[in-house]
Amino acid sequence: MMSTLTPASATARRTRSGLPAKRIAGRVLIYAALLAWAFICLFPIYWTVSTSFKSAVDVTQGHLIPWLDFQPDWKGWRSIGLSPDTILRTSNPRDEFLSRFENSVITSVGASLLALVLGSLAAYGLSRFRYKFAWMRNDDMLFFFMSQLILPPVVLALPFLVLYKALALLDTRFGLILLYTLTVLPIVIWIMRDQFNSIPIELDEAAFVDGLSVWGAFLRIILPLAVPGMAAAFILSLVLCWNEYFFAALLTSTDAKTLPVMVASQTGSQGINWWSMAALSSAAIAPLVLVGIFLERYIVSGLTTGAGK
Amino acid sequence: MQKSIAVADGGQARPAPRPNLAGRKIAGRALIAIASLGGLVVLLVQILHTTGTIRAGFANWRPILYAYLVWSIALGIGQVMIHGERGQRALFLLPAVLFTVAVVIFPTLFGFYIAALDWNLSSLEGPHFNGLDNLVALFNDAYYWNALGNMVFYTLAVLAEYAIAFALALLLNADIRGRKFFRVVFLLPLMLSPVAVSWMIGKSLMEYRFGPAATLARALGWDNPAFFAHPWIARISIDAMDAWVSIPFIMIILLAGLQAMPKEVLEAAKVDGANGWQSFWHVTFPIMLPVSVTVLIIRIIFKLKLADIVINVTAGGPGGATDTVSSFIYRVYRDRSNVGYGTGLAIFYLLLIVVLLSVLLRLTSRWMQKVA
Repeated sequence: MMSTLTPASATARRTRSGLPAKRIAGRVLIYAALLAWAFICLFPIYWTVSTSFKSAVDVTQGHLIPWLDFQPDWKGWRSIGLSPDTILRTSNPRDEFLSRFENSVITSVGASLLALVLGSLAAYGLSRFRYKFAWMRNDDMLFFFMSQLILPPVVLALPFLVLYKALALLDTRFGLILLYTLTVLPIVIWIMRDQFNSIPIELDEAAFVDGLSVWGAFLRIILPLAVPGMAAAFILSLVLCWNEYFFAALLTSTDAKTLPVMVASQTGSQGINWWSMAALSSAAIAPLVLVGIFLERYIVSGLTTGAGK
Repeated sequence: MQKSIAVADGGQARPAPRPNLAGRKIAGRALIAIASLGGLVVLLVQILHTTGTIRAGFANWRPILYAYLVWSIALGIGQVMIHGERGQRALFLLPAVLFTVAVVIFPTLFGFYIAALDWNLSSLEGPHFNGLDNLVALFNDAYYWNALGNMVFYTLAVLAEYAIAFALALLLNADIRGRKFFRVVFLLPLMLSPVAVSWMIGKSLMEYRFGPAATLARALGWDNPAFFAHPWIARISIDAMDAWVSIPFIMIILLAGLQAMPKEVLEAAKVDGANGWQSFWHVTFPIMLPVSVTVLIIRIIFKLKLADIVINVTAGGPGGATDTVSSFIYRVYRDRSNVGYGTGLAIFYLLLIVVLLSVLLRLTSRWMQKVA
């Protein structure tokens, strides 16, 4: 449906001098398409957030607009202890939610940072120097890193279960961080290599002339210029780690359980309350929705620098 | 992180060696040798302890991890001492390589070993070797082949996702008002976790009785809007959810490519009298080809791992119609505890993917050369 709109939008953009009627029609089509897709993107989020304020009757009758259709109520939020009247009282569901939340924050931020450090270093090396290790050259090494992306989680799941048991890393945040770092490292290297390739090598050379060492040039001159790419890589890693479910479901049980596992276990239970499920989902997606709203421009600008190459 | 910082400090503290070069080299080699020896001793002690030959040892294998870390740092410092400037360069790559090797190589090889075992966690016998029996069982497992068949559909659906994402990227790149707003809104689904989406869309929005999507479908004349009852409809519903989450990713990469595109090319096409469709097809699309191929391959790789949504919404049903390989293996693990067989399936899948992707990469690179 959307693909047929492509020529229309392209036409509208380029025949500025054409007939006004045709131009207006083109504009209308563009905005209709934009609004339609915006609705598709926003409605599920709106539905979830609004459902967390509904009672059973409002859910079954499909009421959609607060105050007009139904009277919003803190019901869903009360059930996880996050409504205004329960926030100050002790609440077991809230304690559980907060501990899962904390696990999610620590594992995803930790893994993203670790991947960013390892990945940026490797990407800079691959972009600037020529390595040779046995038969492997730069392209082979880049392929080696990127090929880690292919590994399906199911292949690693059981070996890691056995391995982590032996290393006493099962159900620990550190274990998850290591694993998540592995899964996002290829993405970081991919973005950062493009980023470093777009920074002229003359800057490095000038730094060497000024007497800086290889590491001095990297840390003081090049790294500050690569911040947009690092921001994009970090945010994408954060998204992937925060939302990861498969490994977390298999490798954690009580201590290091993350939010997606908690959400999934609630979905599976019988007789779920729509409002509490909706409140839980809203709370679980809220941090990244905020990241998306406030940091969106960094993602696009960070990717733009490399995409043309 | 500890590792790389420690290594970085080692690199910075030592300027390129000039005077006692030979002494430094020997010291570097000695350092690596001592570290390797120490690491091997720790490993040997633990192996002997586990097999019961000696008493001394550690409660678990965690010290091996620390030994590897120490060895890595020593290796890094040693490299700088031996090779000087060249060693400092190697330090950029070394942390990532050592990390990946440690975290990937061993588990993957171990996976191959488990794949050759008859190992059911719920049976009392424990693991024992059964060679290629798992492979034979796999070829007779209709559900596994059914899941592989579904993967073909899910993978082909990436092309539709790509078409929609390209259209959206063009829309966002067009001369529009409120571009920032639309860009943020279009990106939002990418931020959501597939597990939350499973509930938000699969279990509530598409709920048969009172989900708004079902209500809408009824209003449009579909009497029986069961999104997950008929095989094809269920498959498409699952893929629609996955597409909803991942189209923004394709879109944002394509948008970045469009924004990096030189404006003069389109101007030139306009001067030459090309209309919108022509300038898209002959100018924009070819320029975007490398970006498109990259993003398509990454997207296909991610699609091949699709599991979360299937596990949480349909659990593979109806009758395995929506099963992906990953979700099927997940059930083999969890419901049947048949870890040997499950890992065998996973390894076979990995080999299949590797072969398919290398053919795909070969073909695209040849095709790109012909086009360019």
